[in-house]
Amino acid sequence: MIIELGHFALILAFAVAIAQTVVPLVGAHYRWSGWMAMASPAATIQVLLVGFSFAALTYAFVTSDFSLRLVVLNSHTDKPMLYKISGVWGNHEGSLLLWVLILALFGAAAAWFGQQLPETLRARVLGVQASVGVAFYAFILFTSNPFERLAFPPFNGEDLNPLLQDPGLAFHPPFLYLGYVGLSMAFSFAVAALLEGRVDAAWGRWVRPWTLAAWLFLTIGIALGSWWAYYELGWGGFWFWDPVENASFMPWLIAAALLHSAIVVEKREALKAWTILLAILAFGFSLVGTFIVRSGVLTSVHAFANDPERGVYILAILAIFTGGALLLYAVRAPVMQAKGVFGVVSRESALVANNLLLAVSCFVVFIGTIWPLVAEVAFDRKLSVGPPFFNAAFTPFVIALAALLPLGSILPWKRGGGAHWGKLVPVAVLSVAVAGLIWAMQTGQSLGGPLGVALGVWLVVGAGVDLATRTGRGSVGDRLRRLTRLPGADWGKALAHGGLGITIFGVAGLTAWEQEKIEIMAVGDRMELGRYEVVLEDVSRVQGPNYISTMARMHVYEGGRDIGVLIPEKRIYPVAQMPTTEAGIDNGFLRDVYAVIGDPQQGGGWAVRVYIKPFANWIWGGAIIMALGGLVSLGDRRYRVAGGARRKAPVAGVPAE
Amino acid sequence: MRAALIGACLLLFAGPVAAVQPDEVLDDPVLEERARELSKGLRCLVCRNESIDESNAGLARDLRLLVRERLVAGDTDEELIDYVVDRYGEYVLLNPPASGSTLLLWGAPLALLLLGAGVATAHITRQRRAVPDGLSDAEEARVRELLKAED
Repeated sequence: MIIELGHFALILAFAVAIAQTVVPLVGAHYRWSGWMAMASPAATIQVLLVGFSFAALTYAFVTSDFSLRLVVLNSHTDKPMLYKISGVWGNHEGSLLLWVLILALFGAAAAWFGQQLPETLRARVLGVQASVGVAFYAFILFTSNPFERLAFPPFNGEDLNPLLQDPGLAFHPPFLYLGYVGLSMAFSFAVAALLEGRVDAAWGRWVRPWTLAAWLFLTIGIALGSWWAYYELGWGGFWFWDPVENASFMPWLIAAALLHSAIVVEKREALKAWTILLAILAFGFSLVGTFIVRSGVLTSVHAFANDPERGVYILAILAIFTGGALLLYAVRAPVMQAKGVFGVVSRESALVANNLLLAVSCFVVFIGTIWPLVAEVAFDRKLSVGPPFFNAAFTPFVIALAALLPLGSILPWKRGGGAHWGKLVPVAVLSVAVAGLIWAMQTGQSLGGPLGVALGVWLVVGAGVDLATRTGRGSVGDRLRRLTRLPGADWGKALAHGGLGITIFGVAGLTAWEQEKIEIMAVGDRMELGRYEVVLEDVSRVQGPNYISTMARMHVYEGGRDIGVLIPEKRIYPVAQMPTTEAGIDNGFLRDVYAVIGDPQQGGGWAVRVYIKPFANWIWGGAIIMALGGLVSLGDRRYRVAGGARRKAPVAGVPAE
Repeated sequence: MRAALIGACLLLFAGPVAAVQPDEVLDDPVLEERARELSKGLRCLVCRNESIDESNAGLARDLRLLVRERLVAGDTDEELIDYVVDRYGEYVLLNPPASGSTLLLWGAPLALLLLGAGVATAHITRQRRAVPDGLSDAEEARVRELLKAED
């Protein structure tokens, strides 16, 4: 009964979304207050209905209701509770339900927090947001119904894909979806602004927190996925340039560009048309990502549920929304008049460079991802585009971006000039010196490591110097006091930029200085790798809740000192008939010792691989700091106090002074 | 009973699980290093987007062994790549060679970067010219008038 109620609630939500699309948009066009006022309560009702629907599906998973097709295909009574719950979104139908739940949640949040928005803008934002919802409700109800019953329920289910039964991956999809769908807010604001025909500082101040929130969720989601790949896939890779990873990375890059250009709109009322375009593209790439994951057009290691027919539907959604918005953009964008004027060497120009590099780097990822498809269709060539291409084509953009970042962020608005760069000279000298030292120490290896060190130091110390300049002049005490009172946006900026430096350093360090050894080991054997020694002490069979594990026990010694035990496992999930590896990792600040147990060998012993992974945790540490920066920036006072306040429009262009 | 079940399962799923196996590793570390580097650029043909260096599939193992065989026989990197492409087609290369239509793949981002840089530069200089620096003639005259009035 609860299932049927959930299904019915979803249908009702679909109906509410249709009303929420039509009525407020018509109302805003004719300035009918009553019609516009309908948007807010509709958004609230919508989220309650979808929320109930999602809760009903979760209930079915938790109670293992095998009369539901979806539960049979993705669950099992022996599965731990955490994965029964994460199983709700570990499949196509359920993940789409999560998608619309988050969409409705963002819509409702805009209704609740947007009380001060101009009446017509708010009605239009909520209307556009609901229209995206309509498309996805229809998609779920007509092609991917999660509430489908079985006439003859089996005694037990077929279990969730074992790779997905992992704490890192349990929360990876919800964060990614919060990011993807969060960008729908930027999209709705952009389309609403085009309908309104005006973009001002207040608009920028409204769009930025939503984009910031979406970007920070995407950052966490991507980091979780990368961390999962690192410890779960068995050789410690952290990024594979897989189509599905690229699908989440493209919106991240565009969102990063958008949240920077939205600052220019907010502070200087320039780059308006470009910011609108980015907002449309950001959500467009979210839809492209959904299409890639759900259609299976581009094969990938972890597209776990796909179907070409559903792909066509998503392609249609993508075409209608992105195409429609771009058409509207082409018609209305010329109306957006820039007011702020800026010098050639100014923070505005630096942010233009940032946007250019981020947008083109996103294009690199995009073209590399779809190229096999293009080559096959257009040129009849069957070829692959893999990590070597992306590493070669993407890395220069990261280097350029990182090199320019501190230079740009220290410039003042309007008109800067080289004088401000004087403070960065010591930082540059320091970066080059440290990199030179590292290069001299490592002898005869690639330049990647030292370059990563240089960029890391440059970004982290550069962010510190930038923060210090914000405290102005005076005694150290005064400046420290002012430092604590700096707005959240300043701290957020420094944290995010520093975090980026740490991640770049981690990636470069891990790639350049990784050590690896593969050997056959019998119980009692020792393996030497660098300063470390690993002793295989025991291999045993262990019965888990829903798997059987071959579990090894290894002691690790560093220079003769016992530093810990590694427990790598090889698991077999009998129901899903799939093996997985669980690496044994000794996490360290400067390095991870990473061990994997392989197959028993014919002549006795086990295939064992051990890696030393320097600075591995810095990659995700940096990502966490970046996300934290986003959070701190989100807490900035001005979003709470001046969120809806409108500045008086200046009469004409403000000359750059 | 349980032990028998576990045994049966292990037998059933025994198959190569780790990527490069210890018995594949060449004695010559320099050759092995080259083999690893080359393997990272070759696609496992039955997998979804994995190189043969990472893959657990039997076919990937065969290709890894082939790479090592050819290297031991004295192939240069280019000869080896040509040999593999001859047998498996260019689909096997994870980094498509920049030739023919693939030039577009490499050229398009560069073209977009240059175009974007051009548009951005044009925009920055144009928006500066839109509002003249300093005061217009009329404003100058007005300032002079006001200053005169002060005297």
